[in-house]
Amino acid sequence: MRIAGKGLIDRDSVLNFTFNNKLYQGFEGDTLASALLANDQMLIGRSFKYHRPRGIMTAGSEEPNGLVTVQRGRTQEPNTRATVQQLYEGLVARPQNAWPSLKYDFLGINDLLSPFLAAGFYYKTFMWPKAFWERVYEPIIRRAAGLGELAEAYDHDLYEKAFAHCDVLVIGAGPSGLMAAITAARAGLDVILADESNRLGGRLLSEVEEVDGVTGRIWADAILVELARLSNVRIMTNTTVTGAYDQGTYGALERVAHHMHLSPEGLPLETFWRIAARKAVLCAGALERQIAFPNNDRPGIMTASAMRTYLNRYGVSPGQKIAIFGNNSDAHRTARDFVEAGVEVVAMIDCRQEVLAIGNYTVYAGAEVVGTSGRLGLKAVTIRHNGALKTIECDALGVSGGWNPSVHLTCHMNGRPVWNKDIASFVPQDGAVPGLSVAGAAAGEMSTTGALAQGYAMAQAIARDLGKRPKSFDLPLASEGPYEITPFWDVDGKGRAWLDFQNDVTTKDIKQAAQENFRSVEHMKRYTTQGMATDQGKNSNVNALAVLADATGRGIPETGTTTFRPPYIPVAMAALGAGGHAKGFAPERFLTSDAATQELKAPMIEAGLWYRPSYFPQLGETHWRQSCDREAKMVRKTVGICDVSTLGKIDIQGPDAAEFLDFLYINSVASLKVGKVRYGLMLREDGHVMDDGTCARLGEHYYLITTTTAAAGQVMRHMDFVHQALRSDLDVSFTSVTEHWAQFAVAGPAARDLLNGILTHTITDKTFPFMGCGAVQVGGVDGRLFRISFSGEHAYELAVPAGYGDSLFRLLLDQAAGMGGGPYGMEALNVLRIEKGFITHAEIDGRTTAFDIGMAQMISDKKDCIGKTMAARPGLIGPERDQLVGLKPVDAIKKIIPGAHLFETGAEPIRQNDQGYVTSMCYSPTIKSFIAQAFLRDGRNRIGQTIKMVEHLSGVSTLCEVCDPVFFDPEGGRLRG
Amino acid sequence: MRIECPLCGSRDRREFYYAGHASALERPDPAASAEIWDNYLHIRENLAGVTNDLWHHETGCGAWLVVTRDTVSHAVLLARLAKRDKK
Ligand SMILES: [Zn+2]
Repeated sequence: MRIAGKGLIDRDSVLNFTFNNKLYQGFEGDTLASALLANDQMLIGRSFKYHRPRGIMTAGSEEPNGLVTVQRGRTQEPNTRATVQQLYEGLVARPQNAWPSLKYDFLGINDLLSPFLAAGFYYKTFMWPKAFWERVYEPIIRRAAGLGELAEAYDHDLYEKAFAHCDVLVIGAGPSGLMAAITAARAGLDVILADESNRLGGRLLSEVEEVDGVTGRIWADAILVELARLSNVRIMTNTTVTGAYDQGTYGALERVAHHMHLSPEGLPLETFWRIAARKAVLCAGALERQIAFPNNDRPGIMTASAMRTYLNRYGVSPGQKIAIFGNNSDAHRTARDFVEAGVEVVAMIDCRQEVLAIGNYTVYAGAEVVGTSGRLGLKAVTIRHNGALKTIECDALGVSGGWNPSVHLTCHMNGRPVWNKDIASFVPQDGAVPGLSVAGAAAGEMSTTGALAQGYAMAQAIARDLGKRPKSFDLPLASEGPYEITPFWDVDGKGRAWLDFQNDVTTKDIKQAAQENFRSVEHMKRYTTQGMATDQGKNSNVNALAVLADATGRGIPETGTTTFRPPYIPVAMAALGAGGHAKGFAPERFLTSDAATQELKAPMIEAGLWYRPSYFPQLGETHWRQSCDREAKMVRKTVGICDVSTLGKIDIQGPDAAEFLDFLYINSVASLKVGKVRYGLMLREDGHVMDDGTCARLGEHYYLITTTTAAAGQVMRHMDFVHQALRSDLDVSFTSVTEHWAQFAVAGPAARDLLNGILTHTITDKTFPFMGCGAVQVGGVDGRLFRISFSGEHAYELAVPAGYGDSLFRLLLDQAAGMGGGPYGMEALNVLRIEKGFITHAEIDGRTTAFDIGMAQMISDKKDCIGKTMAARPGLIGPERDQLVGLKPVDAIKKIIPGAHLFETGAEPIRQNDQGYVTSMCYSPTIKSFIAQAFLRDGRNRIGQTIKMVEHLSGVSTLCEVCDPVFFDPEGGRLRG
Repeated sequence: MRIECPLCGSRDRREFYYAGHASALERPDPAASAEIWDNYLHIRENLAGVTNDLWHHETGCGAWLVVTRDTVSHAVLLARLAKRDKK
C-alpha cells in the first residue's frame, strides 16, 4: 500500500502498466517492484525448481525472486528484475515459471515431490538406464528448467558498445562514492561516476538519517548539482560496472532505454562500455543477507533494508502489519521508520539477548522465527521466545542477517576476500585489483560517517598519486548510530529453510552435501547448485558457507569462499557482442567497379571481406557454367576485362629497398631492371610458402609489390616484422596502397589494341614487352601499366587512382564490347589460371613448400632469405612430399571434387593408402575437359600414370591421368605474342 | 588488457596482434645447426612468471613491440620497440 507523505515519487505523474494481464497504476519514480507492492501484488512468480510462490525480496539488482518478462514492442525481455525495471507508461510484464497460471501452477507438484529432488538428484536419479538420458530425461528437464523464455524471434532491439577513459572511475554513488567523486573532481581529475540506479545517492535515498545537517538525499542532491556543473565529471546512471579486468579496464552495462515504452529511433536498448581508468574506487556498498528459517520464502518476506527502501524511497509499505527479524542493530531502523510512518509494527524479533529499541515498537529479544504460514503470501510467523512458541499475525516480514560488503569486483582478478569478525562478513583483500581501492560499506565500513571519510581519503590519495595537490575540506557527519551484529545464520525447525532462492537450495541440501563428503565449498556449490543462478549467490553464498562450516565442524574463514567472476549482473550477449553481428561481424569492401558490375547483374562472391563478380550473365544464359565458359573463351579469343584491385599493393622505397626485398623473396629482386616486373615467392621462416605475387621496379629505389587478396594483411605484418625486428639496419620505408589504386586486367589477344584505343601514348612490344611496366596516361589521368598475366594470354594490368576506377572500368568495357570482348568474373579467372597451372591459396595453404609447387629452383643461392634454411630441411624436400600436378579424368566418370583424396588405382581408399589430394577444379572449355590441380606423393615423377580420386562424402570415385600442371600453352608463346 | 606503446601511449589490447615469445628476434645464422633452427622456430619456454612477448601494434602505428609481462599476475611491466633491441 502507498504511504502518504513518503517517498521520492512524483504523485502527479500517474503511470499505467500491466502485470499478469491485469491493469495497475504507479507513479513516476517507481520501479516495477515498488509499483506492484504499492498495489498489494505480493506474488510475483514461481521458483525455478519447486515452483514455490515467490515475491519481491530486495530492492536492487541482486533480486533473486522478482524476475518477470517485459514485452517491449516486438521483443520480449525475460528475467528482467522487477526491482531494477523503472516504471513507464504502458509497461507490460508477465510472470515466469508459472503454468497454467501464477496462482495455480502445475509444476508446483515438484514441491510435494521435494524429498526426491534434493541435492544431487540429477546425478543420482538420471544416471540410468543410460539410453533414457537423451530420449526421456533430458527433454523433460529441459522443458521444466530455465528461467524465462526467449521470444524465439529476431531481436530488433539495438545494442551498442562504447569506450571511455578517465583518471578515476567511481563505482557506486552512495555516500562513499559521492564523496570520492566530488573529492577527485575538485582535485581536477577526470572522473566517471557510475551507478546502477537512475538516481544518485545509493542507500541515502532509502534512509531518513541526516548528512551534514540535512536529510541524506538532500545532501546527495547538492553534491549531484556540483558534479553536474563540472566539465571533468561524467555521470553515468543506470550503469552497472560488471567486471574488473587487466590494466584498469572495467566493463559496464548501461541500460539506456529500458525505462522507455518505445525508444526513439537509433537509441540503443543497452550499451556495453569498456572503461579504461587510471584508478578506480569501488563504492558498491553492501547487500543485506537473509536468515535461513523454515519457510522463509513466502511472498511478503524480504530483507529489512529493502522494506526501508520501499517505504522511504517509494512511499510503499509491503504490508499492513509489519514484523522484523534480525540479528543486528540495523534491522531496528526498519522498525523505527515504519512506526514513524504510521504503519503497524507487530514485532521486532531479535535473536540477540541484549537489545536496545530505537523507537516505539515491541521487541522480542533472544527470539527467533521458527515458521511461517500463508500459501500465496505471508499470514503469520511463529517465533520461539523464552522457550515458548508464539504465533504473530503479520503480512510482511523484514529479515536482516547482517550485511555483506559488495566485494565482487575485487575478486575478478583472483583476489580472495578476507573474513572480518567484527561485522561477521567477508571484506576485500588489499590490492586485489591493481589500481582499485575500496571505500565505504564495500570495504566493511558500515557507518555513513565512516563511508564519507573513506571516500574522501581514497580520492585524496589517488589525486596525490596522479600528481595533483588536492585541497582538503571538512568532512560531513552523518547521524545514524553504530552497527552491531551477532552472527546468526539459520534456525533449526520443521520445514525447509531456503538459502538460494533462485535455485531452490535449502540448508538441508548443504548439510546433505557435507554428509556425502562434498565438503569443499567448490564441491558443495556444484553438487547443490548453490549460488549458480543468475544472482550468482549474492543473496545466499555467505549464509551457505556458514551452514557448510557448521556442518563440517570448521570456521567460516577455513571453509573459504567460492570465486566471484564477472559479470556482476547478467549481461545480454547482444550487449557484449554489440556491433559484432551481420555487417558488423564482416564489414563489406566494394570495388570501384561495383556499381557498374551490379548494373550488369553479376552475382557477387565474397573474397575475404571483398565482394567480387562471379560472372556476368548474358541474355539466354541460364547456368553459371554457360557464362563462365563463354567468358573464358572470350579471353582466349579476343579480350576480357577483370577488376583485380583486391590484390594487396605495397609501395616500397629507400636506398636499401632492393636488399630488403631480396631478404623477403626467395628469388632475386635486386637484379630486376627498372621498368620490369618479376614473379616473386615469399616463405615463412619455417620453410613453407607464405604468399606469392609480383614485384615491379618503378625506380632505382622504388618498388611496388602485390600480394594475394587473402594474405595482404599477413604480408604487411610480416614485412613490418622483418624490417623492424630483423633488418632495422636497412634504410627502407613501405606502406600499403591497396585502396589507393583501382587496377584492371586487360587480357587476351586484342589487349594491346584495346589499350591503344584509350592510352594517350601508343604502346608497342618494345615499350611494354612481356613483364614490362611503366607510367601511362589515360584520359589525362596518370596511371601505371604492368604487362603481366594471370590468364596465360597477352595481358596487362592497368592501374589508376581509385577515384577514377569506376569511369575507367566503364571505358574499358565500352572498348572491349566493340572488339567482341567484355568483362569476366572470378569463375572464368579461376578457369584461366587452372588451365595455366597458376596457383592460389587453395594450393599455397600454409602446408606446402616451394619444392612442393615446383619452385625450389627459384631459391637463389647467392643470398639469404626468410625461410631459405628451413626450406632445405629434410622432410620438406624429396619424393616423400606431395607435389603439384594436374589431373584429368580418363574414364566414363568425369567428376573431380576439390578436397577429395588420391589413391593408387588398386588400393583400398583408406587413410593409410593416401597419396594426396585435389586442391582446385574446373571445366576447361579450351581443353574440353574437367581439369584439376592436386598434390600427389612424388607427383612430378608420376606424370602419365593413372590415379584414383575418391570422395567418400558423395561416394564419387574417378580415374584420372596425372598431368603436368600447365594444361595450356606450356611454352608461353601467347604471353609474349 | 592494455599495452603502453612507446609511440602511441596506452592502448587496448584489441589494437595489437600477438606473435609469441621475443626469442623470435634472435634469428640464427643461416648455417647454424638444425637443432639451433629447430629451437628458434618451434621450442618455447612457457614459464609461469615474467615473459617477453612480441606484439604488433597493427591497428595503431605498426610498430613491433617487446612487451614484458607477468603471466601469473597479468601485469604489463614494460613495452619497448623491437627495433631498439637490435641496436
Ligand atoms: Zn603504437
